[in-house]
Amino acid sequence: MSSQSVLVIGGGIAGIQASIDLANMGLQVYLVERTPSIGGRMAQLDKTFPTNDCSMCILAPKMIECAGHDNVHLLTYSEVDEVRGEAGDFQVTVRGKPRYIDLAKCTGCGECAEKCPRRVSDEFNMGLDKRKAVYMPFPQAVPRKMTIDAENCLYFAKGRCRVCEETCQASAIDFEQQEEVLELEVGAIVIATGFDPYDPAALKEYGYGEIENAITGLEYERLICASGPTEGHLGRPSDGRVPQMIAFIQCVGSRDVNYKAYCSSVCCMHATKEAILANEHYPDLKSFIFYTDMRAVGKQFQEYIIRAKEQYHASYIRSRPGKITVDEQSGNPIVWYDETVFSEAGDSVRRVASKEVELVILCQALVPRGVHREIAEKLGLEMDESGFLAVRDRLECPVDTSVPGIFACGFCQSPQDIPDSVVQASAAAARVAELLRPNSRRPRDA
Amino acid sequence: MPRTRVGVFVCHCGNNIAGVVRVPEVVEDARNLPNVVYVEDSLYACSEEGLSSIKEQIAKQNLSRVVVASCTPRTHEPLFKDACEEAGLNRYLFEFVNIREHCSWVHRHDPARATEKAKELVRMGVAKARYLEPQEEFESEVFPAALVVGGGVAGMTAALSLANQGIQVYVVEREGQLGGLVREVRTLFPTEQDTGELLGPLIEQVRSHPQITVYLGSEVENIEGFIGDFDVAVATDGQVRELKMGTVIVATGAKEFKPLGMYGYSGLPNVVTQLEFEKSFKRGADLPPNVVMINCVGARVPERTYCGRLCCSTAIKNAIWLKEQDPDAKVSVLHRDVMAYGVDIEEFYRGAMELGIRFLRYDVQNPPEVLGEKRAEGVKVHHQLMGKQIILPADLVVLTTPLVPREDSERLSKMMKVPVGTEGFFLEAHLKLRPIEFSTDGIYVCGSARYPSSIPESVSQAYAAAAKAAIPIRDGSVRVEAITVFCDERTCSACGNCVEVCPFGAVELQEGRFGRTASVNVTQCRGCGCCVAACRSGAMQQRGFDDRQLLSMIGALADEMVSVGGR
Repeated sequence: MSSQSVLVIGGGIAGIQASIDLANMGLQVYLVERTPSIGGRMAQLDKTFPTNDCSMCILAPKMIECAGHDNVHLLTYSEVDEVRGEAGDFQVTVRGKPRYIDLAKCTGCGECAEKCPRRVSDEFNMGLDKRKAVYMPFPQAVPRKMTIDAENCLYFAKGRCRVCEETCQASAIDFEQQEEVLELEVGAIVIATGFDPYDPAALKEYGYGEIENAITGLEYERLICASGPTEGHLGRPSDGRVPQMIAFIQCVGSRDVNYKAYCSSVCCMHATKEAILANEHYPDLKSFIFYTDMRAVGKQFQEYIIRAKEQYHASYIRSRPGKITVDEQSGNPIVWYDETVFSEAGDSVRRVASKEVELVILCQALVPRGVHREIAEKLGLEMDESGFLAVRDRLECPVDTSVPGIFACGFCQSPQDIPDSVVQASAAAARVAELLRPNSRRPRDA
Repeated sequence: MPRTRVGVFVCHCGNNIAGVVRVPEVVEDARNLPNVVYVEDSLYACSEEGLSSIKEQIAKQNLSRVVVASCTPRTHEPLFKDACEEAGLNRYLFEFVNIREHCSWVHRHDPARATEKAKELVRMGVAKARYLEPQEEFESEVFPAALVVGGGVAGMTAALSLANQGIQVYVVEREGQLGGLVREVRTLFPTEQDTGELLGPLIEQVRSHPQITVYLGSEVENIEGFIGDFDVAVATDGQVRELKMGTVIVATGAKEFKPLGMYGYSGLPNVVTQLEFEKSFKRGADLPPNVVMINCVGARVPERTYCGRLCCSTAIKNAIWLKEQDPDAKVSVLHRDVMAYGVDIEEFYRGAMELGIRFLRYDVQNPPEVLGEKRAEGVKVHHQLMGKQIILPADLVVLTTPLVPREDSERLSKMMKVPVGTEGFFLEAHLKLRPIEFSTDGIYVCGSARYPSSIPESVSQAYAAAAKAAIPIRDGSVRVEAITVFCDERTCSACGNCVEVCPFGAVELQEGRFGRTASVNVTQCRGCGCCVAACRSGAMQQRGFDDRQLLSMIGALADEMVSVGGR
């Protein structure tokens, strides 16, 4: 008899969807998430293309449904340590890092964070502002509980402070908390570890890190987000001024054999969405999108691009810029590129051109999460040449990894957008159900 | 009738609410409201302590209604409803008042007025609570079988997955054999396998699976009913079979667009579509030495704005196939953008360029021109990098066209009461998060019936649809939250507005005791309230949101405004 439990690794939209489907099938789900909250990358997005739905508004109900499901056991701030066994019968060791917070007592009121004297870079906001050493990653976090980040906490560094402990009315702070080790028996494993943005500093010609007004796509996403560090105010880094001309550079590290040879699949639409959002915030703002091919292949994507051009002052320039320089006085980035100019007769000439803008957004390649290689090694999974989890047969069973009983969905196995990740998550659930043949009904009917 | 006894619990939510709203004032105000017999303030109403206090007071004060003013119903309403139920109070006799999201968070700079608003919201909540009625949740059985409409790769994959999960499946295929559009395809990208290598074993598994029944040469003539209980009529050679189904998967696929009159197609014999090229040229046959492919024919144009998603991959695949058959062949692909997204297709595209296949970008304002009177002899195109017109000699011109919806999708859409989008493909419940579900429960969609999809994409969608379609069957029953609508037949004028606006196909006009009136199927109703708003005669009433309940809320607010002389 196979175990009727499943391990899901990664609590982004793919992991959440897989967990909900598996739980609805009557299987017991252990959802392991490395950070203090589920939500993943989708939680960081302002809106989503092509519907401009507020990302958090459509994600939060899924997070709540997942965490509130009787069959889902949420293991946040935890990591998979070891996996043994085979399909139908895996033994998994999960390590729960101490949060130094008693989850049963913490109400998530946030008083402790108010009083905590230690400010550190906020990773949820891509380092654009500060959080405290005791923190909740974002207001809609699930679970809505605080976490003490021991690496930055003054008490752990110097042996005194404990201001949070004095503040907490619920007596939820517990500096004695230890790491928890869990041994799980599961029949199948679903991996949904998602992506990291590629560091665009590798492309020296674009000057990321040196040019102040050159930021990444995800940084921009936090800036334009109403719940972000600037409450949606698009102030540029050098002087906080709202730009009226912005440029998006596509394929930064993607489709480039020197960096990542593959196409990251989502950046064309991502840039289009960001151009639309910028113009919605500032109706006079103009965007220039420098692209290689405009890969708008999904439902309603072409129509979205037409809208961006016609209603939101977005211009598309087919060129891969060679360099970005800076105008010393204004701090404006200048994008250098080769331009194809058409005459009325239909002839064209090519020439080197430059465009001075006030802010540049580098739409960098997306790569599998940093932790992904380690997980793959622990589980004995093959990876493809680009570092994505290899699937056994792309045509017949596109979510099966090289190891029976282990499935992969979402960006960890190939670049894809949210709907495709959601589809693969449900597909992985179906493959698990074929393997474990769950028979139980919902617990409330049991 | 015993007097209604309302208990009110106002939460501080630590400082989340109490930091802005003056909770003690809200508590005092609530004490004077009609029917309120108990008011309590709670540091955290959702804590163990808070919840047990609610349960205790229900018993002690003999409460018949409970109002909690706190954070958000989204996460916390079920918690409080459970507490009521555990104390023996029907869960629908609970009312939520949101004084965190609607007060303290949005008015954090104005505590005085936030406090006033909180009082008003509580008054309204109490007013409504007085009229709440106990409700029973409706539960209905799910018939343990699934219908798959369409026997292509998507339909077969979905059927196999369901059957492998132990579920009885019926596949209805219009053609005389399984395989769908893919049968007409020569090789598959990006693996370059022969189609038969995929289709053969797949068809064999479907045909031999004991839990799959296949009806070939058959069509679904009618579907009626709702999740768990669909009555399906399947016609085979004029004979009609009546089947009962719990869930339905639509996998009817799509077809290749035939570009009549474009680029000499249908006039010049050597201008063909990609699919025709795959069918008519086999390995070892005499292959043309000069081939020009034109992409985006009939796609990304005003009359058909969408991108065909897999057409570029098809062109790349066929160009590579030609080059592999005859390395000396000159193959050019004229395109507007090469949609080689992801890892595999991009690699495939790069491989094609390395083989010497020419990719030339054309501008839609200045499209290529096929030259020749009786046969295509060349293609004139503006070479953007050279800046001038060039003529590519052509023995064969292959037009890359998008997939378009099948003719009968409109009929199926009406029959199943599920929508199609502007392109004519089936429209899912939500583009982002519910890509393979319809808003009507129990019906799912996968493959190119939804939108042009490659085989890996269709197969993933098919598995996903199988996961969804299996869940209600495995549960054995579906339960509906009792916020559904009912029709007061005495006042219904049978205008049909409700039928028109219902996104779930839950309302119908039926003959009844009072003649022709609207009738709501409780299993399909999701409690959105659209029909209630559209009803001209006030006949449509929603449980938990009926006229009396809502008017009492407005009344509570209006009374206040009148007594203080407006504001």
